[in-house]
Amino acid sequence: MNRARKQPPEPRADHAPAAGSAAPHRAAAREAPAEPAVSEETKHLLELVDQMLLIRAFEERCVELYSSGTIRGFIHLYIGEEAVAVGVNAALSPDDAVVSTYREHGHALARGVPVDAVMAEMFGKATGCSHGRGGSMHLFDVQRRFYGGNAIVGGGLPIAAGLALADRMTGRSRVTCCFFGDGAVAEGEFHETANLAALWDLPLLLVCENNLYAMGTPLEHEHAQTDLAMRAASYGMPAWAVDGMDAVAVERAARRAVDGILAGNGPHFLEMRTYRFRAHSMYDPDRYRDKAEIERWRERDPIPLLAGRLPAGAADLQEMRERAAAAVDRAVAAAEAAPVEPVEDLYRFVSHEGS
Amino acid sequence: MTASAPAPVSGPEKTSFREELRAAMREALLADDRVFLMGEDVGKYGGAFGVSLGLVEEFGPERIRDTPLSESGFVGAGIGAAVAGLRPIVEIMTVNFSLLALDQILNNAATLLHMSGGQVSVPVVIRMTTGAGRQLAAQHSHSLEGWYAGIPGIRVLSPGTLQDARHMLAPALADPDPVVIFEHGSLYNATGPAEPRPESFDIVSAAVRRSGHDVSLISHGGSLPKVLAAAEALAAEGVSAEVLDLRSLRPLDGAAIAASVARTHRAVVVDEGWRTGGLAAEISARIAELAFYDLDAQVERVCGAEVPVPYPKHLEDAAIPQVPDIVAAARRAVG
Repeated sequence: MNRARKQPPEPRADHAPAAGSAAPHRAAAREAPAEPAVSEETKHLLELVDQMLLIRAFEERCVELYSSGTIRGFIHLYIGEEAVAVGVNAALSPDDAVVSTYREHGHALARGVPVDAVMAEMFGKATGCSHGRGGSMHLFDVQRRFYGGNAIVGGGLPIAAGLALADRMTGRSRVTCCFFGDGAVAEGEFHETANLAALWDLPLLLVCENNLYAMGTPLEHEHAQTDLAMRAASYGMPAWAVDGMDAVAVERAARRAVDGILAGNGPHFLEMRTYRFRAHSMYDPDRYRDKAEIERWRERDPIPLLAGRLPAGAADLQEMRERAAAAVDRAVAAAEAAPVEPVEDLYRFVSHEGS
Repeated sequence: MTASAPAPVSGPEKTSFREELRAAMREALLADDRVFLMGEDVGKYGGAFGVSLGLVEEFGPERIRDTPLSESGFVGAGIGAAVAGLRPIVEIMTVNFSLLALDQILNNAATLLHMSGGQVSVPVVIRMTTGAGRQLAAQHSHSLEGWYAGIPGIRVLSPGTLQDARHMLAPALADPDPVVIFEHGSLYNATGPAEPRPESFDIVSAAVRRSGHDVSLISHGGSLPKVLAAAEALAAEGVSAEVLDLRSLRPLDGAAIAASVARTHRAVVVDEGWRTGGLAAEISARIAELAFYDLDAQVERVCGAEVPVPYPKHLEDAAIPQVPDIVAAARRAVG
């Protein structure tokens, strides 16, 4: 695999140190690891823990901000699913593309979208990563090839196929990664895209975040066949299920899939078995889930799970948690101080002519 | 949809609407490597209506790309490829089938630029056949241009002349935003002399196709030949009708509509779409807003009957605007 690798975007001064910093290690791992494996590995795991802590802190702050009425709209929290975003992102290069869902705060932060810009977007401010036009469900950062933030279940899949098609047609060796949930596998757009991508050998990584519920409907009530990887495999693409609570397992699977895609083996499908610890959205009273079930999954919280693998004394988790919270604090303060878009600019961005 | 219409025989200087559409695509494919065509049976089949016949032989299957029957999938893929910087032309067989892709057109193509705060441009061109008149019944014959014309974020074009069939594509591809082009099925075999691109050509302005001073007949696309025929019939009765071809349905050229009504003081709006909440209703409202005090008569609408288009010819004919309907409406307006 001799892809020319760009360096990741420069982290901003106010940017939490972890986000976006995993790629160089990945590139090194693919080529020739120069450092002793153990210390590099520990360093890398620490980065993943850091990213997960940032996402967790961000989401917990969103709960507070929503409860106090500071931010509005639908807020879909990623708490519990962090290992998927950070593990998959660790396997992607900055030149790869990501298409995401409405539960995408974690994907955006793992991708390296600055926490300030994501928080400002939650506030609907002009400094938001989508100029405040999108809000929680529509985070974009084209500079980082992060193409949203799609709130139509399955709606991002054909777009991702198109991004991958463009790479194929122009001979660029890179991957488009599309996140979607178990609910999307029931949508026609999933099946149309899977067929199209397999038919055309598109460099597409399909990452299904199977958190067992399509909003409030359990998997077995929405799918006649609940083995989602098997269904994807029926399109003739490599597909397998992964422990989505284990960031290391996620990264390993994603690397294997990315390598397969770049080797020209067409699209790959990963079913990430995960769980959201919070309700579907801030509107959801969560009547449909058994508390004992939630507790069982909480015991497999991806953050302590990964932290537990670090050598003794390698990490001060409390200190890392405080650092993440401080980054979110700064982001909130910046968002509060940021300007809103003037109402006169309402029609801006509708078309390039501004009509 | 199984059979493509045979390509018409053309003399040295004669051409057809279909050939002009094809020539426009060929020119675009030659001019820009980023341009490619994708859709159901656009390759060896030549497109459901024969518009792309011969292109796959010249440009190959990568750039003249047959797709599976998955409108949402391939229209979305076209949008994604446009986001990535290519210039796809996506062909949808008919406007009725485009409803399967409406999620992608409305929720993504028309929306991504705004939702991303100006970061994501979607320079895609989507072509589709529209309209009745070929006895294809209620799932291949509707005119939904008015629905699309209500969507902010896309440009909607309705060529009604050979010149527009030939020259609208290049500026549509140059547009950084999504453009939807409606091709009326009854026009594909229309023939006439090929016309060069005029210097002042654009895809924004309405065009006066016939000057007159008694009544404005405002229309577009497949109804245009009928409206011109009606104007001819009216002339024989001593009524001077102006024919305004809208060309662009979004944005509408309100200034041209108002100017025409200011000249004639009477307006008949002709659109094959359903009457209720349709394009003709929008144009009538624009006239009321922009030219109310110029009007000497109520605005007349000649629209598609509010039925699913039926199969038998006599009922299909009765379901869409015909020359006598237009003439009658003009007579009412002139009083």
